[in-house]
Amino acid sequence: MIAGQFIERMQTGLWRENPGLVQLLGLCPLLAVTSTFVNGLGLGIATLLVLTCSNVLVSATRRWILAEIRVPIYVLIIASLVTCTELIFKAWFPALDRSLGIFIPLIVTNCAIVARAELFASRNGIVASLFDGLGMGAGFALLLMAIGFFRELVGKGSLFAEFDKLVGGEPLAGLVLADGGWLLAVLPPGAFFSLALAVALKNYLDGNRKPARQT
Amino acid sequence: MIPRTAKGGLTLAAIAAICATLVAATHRLTTDRIAANEQAWLEQSLVPALGDVDYDGSITETRLTVEPPHDLPGNDPAIIYRAYSAGTPVAALFAVTATGGYAGPIRILVGVNVGGAVTGVRILEHRETPGLGDGIDSSRSAWVHQFDGRSLGNPPAGAWQLRVDGGDFDQLTGASVTPRAVIKAIRETLLYFDAHQAEIFDMPATAEPE
Repeated sequence: MIAGQFIERMQTGLWRENPGLVQLLGLCPLLAVTSTFVNGLGLGIATLLVLTCSNVLVSATRRWILAEIRVPIYVLIIASLVTCTELIFKAWFPALDRSLGIFIPLIVTNCAIVARAELFASRNGIVASLFDGLGMGAGFALLLMAIGFFRELVGKGSLFAEFDKLVGGEPLAGLVLADGGWLLAVLPPGAFFSLALAVALKNYLDGNRKPARQT
Repeated sequence: MIPRTAKGGLTLAAIAAICATLVAATHRLTTDRIAANEQAWLEQSLVPALGDVDYDGSITETRLTVEPPHDLPGNDPAIIYRAYSAGTPVAALFAVTATGGYAGPIRILVGVNVGGAVTGVRILEHRETPGLGDGIDSSRSAWVHQFDGRSLGNPPAGAWQLRVDGGDFDQLTGASVTPRAVIKAIRETLLYFDAHQAEIFDMPATAEPE
């Protein structure tokens, strides 16, 4: 039963109610850091971590929290978790921290996180909330990675560049497929176009599937 | 028995205490690593601008802050790091701000040896357009390397400009505003070094701000 619940939450987070693609939450970091795959992966991991922990903590304390003060408590919990995450990134992934810059502390303003606390974790058990956090976090992280992958490929002609930011050591160039690319993709408008393409693709795939089921 | 507001306040206080403990513990666990990382990052970003100059000791410990107004580029405090070899000055590194860039100030690092020649130039911080002006960054293009070994007389004063402006230096494809700002800042730094060389190396290090 737990396995079934896990699969159900993962499907919801990754596809059906993907925070970025369907709920369109957390767009500021989504659009700002996805100029490369590694940046997307880094912020994705950080968001996944914060979202999962905040879901678990909110769910664990939900019995004692009065309705009137729930929002300040969510903010408190999320802000503390983000501060811890930022310190951990600074200590163990300094290069990645430098390249994500202000967007690590800004996870605190990612509405996807407070939305999950309010809509799910405050009404469900700890295990379900843990699964929900993992599912939603993974959905957000995968979208960040997909958009980072696409923009890096189109805009710079490379893939997985600067992986040293995650693993340390010598600078890594990644796979260089072309010298330079279509600049627009790495500029801010490219982020909007990429997200629009991703949303359109999802709607297209969903649209294709529904008629097939009805017959 | 307990009124609702008091109960809410107590819950909030309890959770705030737990959260504060969590943050404090993480902070304790990471401070040393973070300080070491920052020190290493600073050294690592300074050394390339010294080229192949031989020096001893730690370059970050010879830090000297020059408060504005000063004759260096930019209107904010400039930082000078001095490199010595067995007590003799060999080179100085200037962290200065180039104004007149396309998108805000550009922090640049200029290394100058005692002979007045540039040992290296690196861009520390900028917000220039990706793909155009960001070619000043040594990780994007080799543009900054054309300054290695240059000095006030090489090229002569009038030629410290971009080729399009009748000078001696290459521009970047599609960007001329950014390179102009950088060239101007390098030249001003060299002029400052020429005028103040003796005092730069004699002044005691400024204490690190806490």
